[in-house]
Amino acid sequence: MIQTSGRIVIVGAGHAGGTVAALLRQYGWQGPITLLGDEPIAPYQRPPLSKAWLKGEADAESLALKPLSFYAEAGIDLRLDTQATSADANQKVVALASGEQIGFDHLILATGAAARKLPIAGGDLRGVLSLRTAADAEALKAALGPGKTLAVVGGGYVGLEAAASARALGAEVVVIEREARILARVAGAVLSDFFQSYHAARGVTFICAAGVEAFEGVGDQFAGVRLADGRLIAADAALVGVGASPNIGLARQMGCACGQGVIIDLNAMTSVADVYAIGDCTERPLPLYGVQGRLESVPNALEQAKQAAAHLCGRPAPAPEAPWFWSDQYDLKLQIAGLPLHAVRAVMRGAPPENPMDPARFAIFHLDAENHVQAVEAINAPAEFMMGRQVLSSRKAVSPEKLADMSISMKEVAV
Amino acid sequence: MAKITFIEHSGAAHEVEAKDGLSVMEAAVKNNVPGIDADCGGACACATCHVYVDEAWVPKTGAKGAMEESMLDFAEGVQPNSRLSCQIKISADLDGLVVRLPESQH
Repeated sequence: MIQTSGRIVIVGAGHAGGTVAALLRQYGWQGPITLLGDEPIAPYQRPPLSKAWLKGEADAESLALKPLSFYAEAGIDLRLDTQATSADANQKVVALASGEQIGFDHLILATGAAARKLPIAGGDLRGVLSLRTAADAEALKAALGPGKTLAVVGGGYVGLEAAASARALGAEVVVIEREARILARVAGAVLSDFFQSYHAARGVTFICAAGVEAFEGVGDQFAGVRLADGRLIAADAALVGVGASPNIGLARQMGCACGQGVIIDLNAMTSVADVYAIGDCTERPLPLYGVQGRLESVPNALEQAKQAAAHLCGRPAPAPEAPWFWSDQYDLKLQIAGLPLHAVRAVMRGAPPENPMDPARFAIFHLDAENHVQAVEAINAPAEFMMGRQVLSSRKAVSPEKLADMSISMKEVAV
Repeated sequence: MAKITFIEHSGAAHEVEAKDGLSVMEAAVKNNVPGIDADCGGACACATCHVYVDEAWVPKTGAKGAMEESMLDFAEGVQPNSRLSCQIKISADLDGLVVRLPESQH
């Protein structure tokens, strides 16, 4: 018989923490739930911060996962502006910055990740920004507008989404990328080239294969990015989007095994009894690929929130999901499913438009040696994404010839 | 404001009051109605807010967009009255709307 009366403490009130608290109540958890968040606002969606919210198309209320009243009604003790400073898995207690101690029977670490900073001079100038939190987004929005210039350091998804939103707000944008192409770590070359030309056609300037030497300022106000080759890129603000580091301090204190993140199993359990970890802070099994890895995405956070809540409440474990991800830039919807870990060839279905001002619709399928889909990258191609995600999970082989032929329906490409 | 009833696959009904301008998906999620996952938060990117619109309400909920139609084409258990609830905007016209939820969103 599963006990659902114990005390649960959740450290971190982001997308993962907020979701697991709500799911525990949906699944019938009876005991006290305490949700600790170090931000001043209740759990909210982060993806719109670089997209709809930045462009002024979504407000704070629509970003909230639940209305504030939900937490009291559901018997969830939500504590905002609250920092957990230490945790002890033997004593089963979490200590807060205020000195207060909170006992638990089960602990869920949903501590997320922190924006990586560049180890160079000038990083603390006013106007050198990152984008993780609503407060970060407020600062970025205040720096954008007609006549302003934004320097984006790092051509990853956050940087590109912010660049597209900044253009919509009338700002000039320069993207500075260390690698020879943007999205180098997270997308194939075809997609990188496509995004770069699409952005460039809409007024974004790119400087690739460029090191950043320092942020320079006038007084304490940022004024430009100094490149390794000596050039100064003058701008009103810099957005640094160079990845994130998982927050694993508390997990280490408790003796949880950690690799790139807190190592967990398919029930989101760490190596320490009664301690779970979910979301961006974890290194998780990827059962479709037979490896462990880190995923930073909302679907990952939600899947693990379900795994932890199901395990605690004695429900069957949810079926493993294919990892997936999306990004919105201009009128482009990018949807990616899977990871090209064992891919040996890429099959194009359609192609990027020759003129980057023309509408785009194409997909790139990454296949292994037996023609199983390992990953699909789809631009404005929802059927390709949905079908790719399905055959990823079902491990059905596909016909590369049929895949490449857009006159054949996606329903007929499985072998 | 509109009153919307969500009926889970198990038959359990949830009646919620929702503000105009929200989507039917948001009305469910913000009221912690089980059975709507809405992984992407309303970006029409995931097809995990699938609902069956009660036949009487199908005309009032409007037509499916092209993106929505393609996503639904590959969702589990699709029927002619299937919709992605993030694409149905709430207005006074939808006061009394009834939608049913599929067994699973994944």
